[in-house]
Amino acid sequence: MQASSSTISSEKEALSFEALKEQEEKGRGNRKNRLSAAACIAVSAALILGVLALLQALLMPKYMGKIVEGAMVAEYYGEVKDHDMVFVGDCELYENFDPVYLWKQYGINSYIRGSAQQLIWQSYYLMEETLQYEHPKVMVFNVLSLQYNEPQKESYNRMTLDGMRWSKTKIDDINASMTKGEQFLDYVFPILRFHSRWKELEQDDFTYLFHKRQVTFNGYYMRTDVKPAENVPEGKPLGNYNFGDNAWDYMDRIVKLCRDNDVQLLLVKAPSLYPFWYPQWEEQVEEYAAANHLEYINFLELTEETGLDFQTDTYDAGLHLNLSGADKISDYFGGLLAKGNPEYGREAMPDRRGEPELSSRWEEKIKAYEAEIRRQKENPPGIDP
Amino acid sequence: MLFTSYEFLGFLFLALTAYYIVPKKAQSAVLLGFSYLFYFLSDGRALVFLLVTTATVFFAAKKLGELHASQEACLKEHKAEFSREEKKAVKEEFLKKRRKWLLFGLLLNLGILAVCKYTNFAIANVNGLLHFFGRTEEFSPISLLLPMGISFYTFQSLSYLIDVYRGKYPPQRSLSRYALFVSFFPQMIQGPISRYDELSATLYGPHSFDPAQLSSGLQRVLWGYFKKLVIADRLLPAVNLIIRTPEEYHGAYAFAGMLFYALELYADFTGGIDITIGIAEAMGIRVRENFIRPYFSKSVKEYWNRWHITMGQWFTDYIFYPVSVSGPMLKLSKWGRAHLGNVIGKRLTVWVSCLIVWFATGIWHGASWNFIVWGLGNCIILLVSQELEPFYRWFHSRVNLEDRFGWKLFRILRTILLMSSLRMFDCYRDVPLTFRMFFSMFTAGNWKVLVDGSLLNLGLDPKDFLVLLGGLFLLITVSLLQRKRSVREQIRTLAYPARFALWFGLFLVVLVFGAYGVGFDASQFIYNQF
Amino acid sequence: MEELLEILSELHPEVDFAAEQSLVDGKILDSFDIVSLISEINETFDVVVPPEEIKPENFNSAKAIWAMIEKLRDEA
Repeated sequence: MQASSSTISSEKEALSFEALKEQEEKGRGNRKNRLSAAACIAVSAALILGVLALLQALLMPKYMGKIVEGAMVAEYYGEVKDHDMVFVGDCELYENFDPVYLWKQYGINSYIRGSAQQLIWQSYYLMEETLQYEHPKVMVFNVLSLQYNEPQKESYNRMTLDGMRWSKTKIDDINASMTKGEQFLDYVFPILRFHSRWKELEQDDFTYLFHKRQVTFNGYYMRTDVKPAENVPEGKPLGNYNFGDNAWDYMDRIVKLCRDNDVQLLLVKAPSLYPFWYPQWEEQVEEYAAANHLEYINFLELTEETGLDFQTDTYDAGLHLNLSGADKISDYFGGLLAKGNPEYGREAMPDRRGEPELSSRWEEKIKAYEAEIRRQKENPPGIDP
Repeated sequence: MLFTSYEFLGFLFLALTAYYIVPKKAQSAVLLGFSYLFYFLSDGRALVFLLVTTATVFFAAKKLGELHASQEACLKEHKAEFSREEKKAVKEEFLKKRRKWLLFGLLLNLGILAVCKYTNFAIANVNGLLHFFGRTEEFSPISLLLPMGISFYTFQSLSYLIDVYRGKYPPQRSLSRYALFVSFFPQMIQGPISRYDELSATLYGPHSFDPAQLSSGLQRVLWGYFKKLVIADRLLPAVNLIIRTPEEYHGAYAFAGMLFYALELYADFTGGIDITIGIAEAMGIRVRENFIRPYFSKSVKEYWNRWHITMGQWFTDYIFYPVSVSGPMLKLSKWGRAHLGNVIGKRLTVWVSCLIVWFATGIWHGASWNFIVWGLGNCIILLVSQELEPFYRWFHSRVNLEDRFGWKLFRILRTILLMSSLRMFDCYRDVPLTFRMFFSMFTAGNWKVLVDGSLLNLGLDPKDFLVLLGGLFLLITVSLLQRKRSVREQIRTLAYPARFALWFGLFLVVLVFGAYGVGFDASQFIYNQF
Repeated sequence: MEELLEILSELHPEVDFAAEQSLVDGKILDSFDIVSLISEINETFDVVVPPEEIKPENFNSAKAIWAMIEKLRDEA
C-alpha cells in the first residue's frame, strides 16, 4: 500500500493551493486511500486464488495418456442423467461390459461408473451419489471387490476420489478410503498432494489443462488389441477365504441403499480369469445372494453360453476383455436384461431407440466409438513390455 | 506436533486468532492455554515432567526471592547496630539457606533430565566396563520416555533459578506467567533457550493487533518454511543414505555427505528458529536471535558466537564462568603458577574450564560418546587457535593479507570445513566409525564420484539438485543482504506489486518445491491391472 | 588501577584500555579473556570475583572493572 499512498500524497500536494481546499482534499484523499487499499486487497486476493487454481490444475495428473483410469469418475458429470441401468465397480465392469453395444443391440441406455481397483465402499458411495442425480431401474455391482476389507493404495484412491464432485458423499468416501499417512486436506487441496509433479510435467499437462478428452464410452474403456490367455496361473492358496466384516458391511449397505431407493440390484462376477476367483469366495457370494434374494450372475461359468474365447477375446492374457470379448458378454447380458426376471421382480429393460433426442445423443457417441475402433486398428495400443 | 504438519498450521491459525480476539488482559492466559495444548498434543504423556519442572523451579525461586527480601529487611532493620562482621554473618546465614533452595531446584531438575536422557547411556557404559573386566552379566536398557524439549525447557528454567539466586532480578510472582515462560509453544521443540529477563519483557503483553507486525512475523515464518521444506527436507534422503550405509558411501561420498549435512542442518535448525521467532513476532513477542549468519564466521571462536547463540551463552554464563572462578579452580591456578611456570599456570584455568564446558555441551547434545568427542574436538580447536593467536599476529604483521577478500573467504571456508568435519560425529553410529569415515576422505581416492554422476544415485535427481542450487543461491543472497539491514525491512521499502510478487512467489516456491506430503511416485501409478 | 591496566594490556596489547568503554559489548574481551583476567585479579589483588559479578556492565571498561574490585574488596 506504500505505492498508492505516496501517489495520493503527491496528488494532494499538487492540488493544495488553498487551505480550505486542502482540508477537503484530505477527506477525499482518505476515502480514496481506503478505496484503493480495498481494491489492492481485492486484486491481490483474486490473483492469489487465480494463480493457485491454475497451478493446481496444471500439477494434477491428467490421466490422458497411458493411464486413463483417473479420468473416468469425472466424466459422468457431463452426461445427461437418465440411464436405465448403472454399473458401479472396478475394472471388471468398465473393461468387460460395453454400453454402446447394449444400446445398439437392445436400446438399453446404460452407464458404467467404474475406476481402477474401486473398493466396495467407494462403489457404495458412487451409488449413493448416482442416486442423487438420477434413478436407474437397475444397478450392477461386480463382487470381486469384496476381497478388500481395508484401504489399499493411495494412488488408486486418488484416481477414484479426485474426479468426484464435492458433496457429503465424497467426504464420507474419502474418510472411508484413506490409507495410513494420507491426509484429508490433501483431497481438499490436491496441489498439496501433487505439488512435486513439477518434475514430471509433460505435454499432456498443458494440452488438457482446461479441457479433457473423453476416455470412455459411457464409462466403457475400449481396447481392440488381442493377447491370448496362456498359462493362466492358479490362485495361490489363501490363509483365510472369508471376506472381511467391513466389506460385508458395505455389501449390506449397498443392498439397503438399492432397496430404499427402489432400485433393482444385480450382482455379477465378470469373466476375467485373473485375479483368481476362489470357489470359497463364490460360495460366500452365492449364499449371500440367496439369503438376500438377489440375482447373481457369474460369467465365469457362462463361457459356453456367451461364446467367450480367451484366445481372441482378451487384450492382456485373461485379465480384461477386449472389444470382441466385451461385446460377446454384452450380447448375452443384454439378452437377459431385455427379458427381465420375474423370480427377482426384475422388469424387462425398455428399448429406447425410438426416442429421438436420446438416439441422436447416442449417434454422436457411436461416431466417436467407431472412430476410436479405427484409430486402434491402425495404431494398436498394445501393452508396454 | 511438527512445525511442518498441517495440524500445526491449523493450530497456529487458531492460536493467533484467539490471541487477538480475546481481551488484552487474557492474552497471556490464552497463550498459556495454547502452549499447554501444544505440548499435550505433541507429547501428552510427558506433560507431567513439564509441570514438575515448572512448579519446583517456580517455588524454589519464590523462596529465593523471599530469602533475599528478608535478608535485606534484616540488614536494614539493624543497620545501625550491626558491625561489619555481624552483617557478614547475617549474609552468610541467608546465603546458606538460599544455596539449599538453589541446590534443591538444580539437583531435582538436572536429575530428571539425567534420568530421562542419560540412563541408557550410563547402562551401556557400565555394560562396556563389565565386558572389559571379563564379566558376562549385563544390565538391559530400560525404556524411558524422553519428554519433548526437556533439554531446552530445563535449561531455560535453571537459568531463571540461578539468576534469581544471584539476585539478578526478583522472581515472577504469578505461577501462570512463569508457566508461560517455560512452556511458550513456539520455542518448545528446539529453543532458543530464552532468558527470563529478556523474554518476559514482551511475553505477557498486552499486544494490540498490528497488521504490519503480524505480516512481518509471518514473512519470517514463511522464510523458515522455505529453508526447512525446500532445502533441508529435500537433502534429507541423500544425507541419510550416506550416513546409514557408510560401508558403501565412504571417501568422497563421506565428504559430500559432510557438506550436505552442513547445509541440511543449517537450513533445518535456522529455519525452525525463523519459524519460532516469526510466530513470536506475529504476537508482538521478542525472542532472542539464535543465529547470526554462522557460516560467514572467519574463526571457530566467532562461529560459536554466531551459531546456536543462546545455548553457547547458557554454557558460558552458567558453567564456564562459575567453574572458572570457583575455589578449586583458583587454587589450581595458584598451584599452576607455582609449579608449571607463569605462562602455563595462567592458562591452566581457561584450559580446564574450557574442557569442562565442552564436555557438558557435548553431552547436552546427546547421550553418546559421539557428542562427547564432538564437544572435546571443539574445545581443542578453540584452545589451539587461542594459543596460536600470537603467531597469527606475528604472521599478519609480516604479510599483509588480512583485508584481502580471498583471505577472508579462505578463513570462512576453513571454518565451515572444520565445523562440518567435527559434525561427522553427529552423523555416524559411533566414534571409531566416524574416524574411519573421516580418514577415508583422504585415502579412498574416489573423488571422481563427485563429478561422474554417482551423486545422482543418492535419491536426488538432477531436478532436485537444481532446486537445491537455487535454494542455496537464495540463501546466500539473503544472508549477504542481511548484513546491512533486515531483508524484510528492505523489501518493505519496495512498491506494493513488487512486495506482493516477492512474498507470494516465495509462498509458491515453498508450496511447489517443498519436500512434503505423499511423494508423487510415478512408478506407483503404473497400472498393475486391478 | 595502574596494575589493572598492566594486566589488561598484557591480554590485548593493541587495545587502549584506559579509553575503551565497551570491552564486552564491543567483543574486545571474550569469555577466555575474562576468565584469565579474573584469575589475574585474584592473584594480584587477592579478590575473589563471584560468578554473579560477571556481567557486561562490570567489564566494559577498566574503570568499571576497578570499581568492581574496590567494591568486592570492601565487602570482603
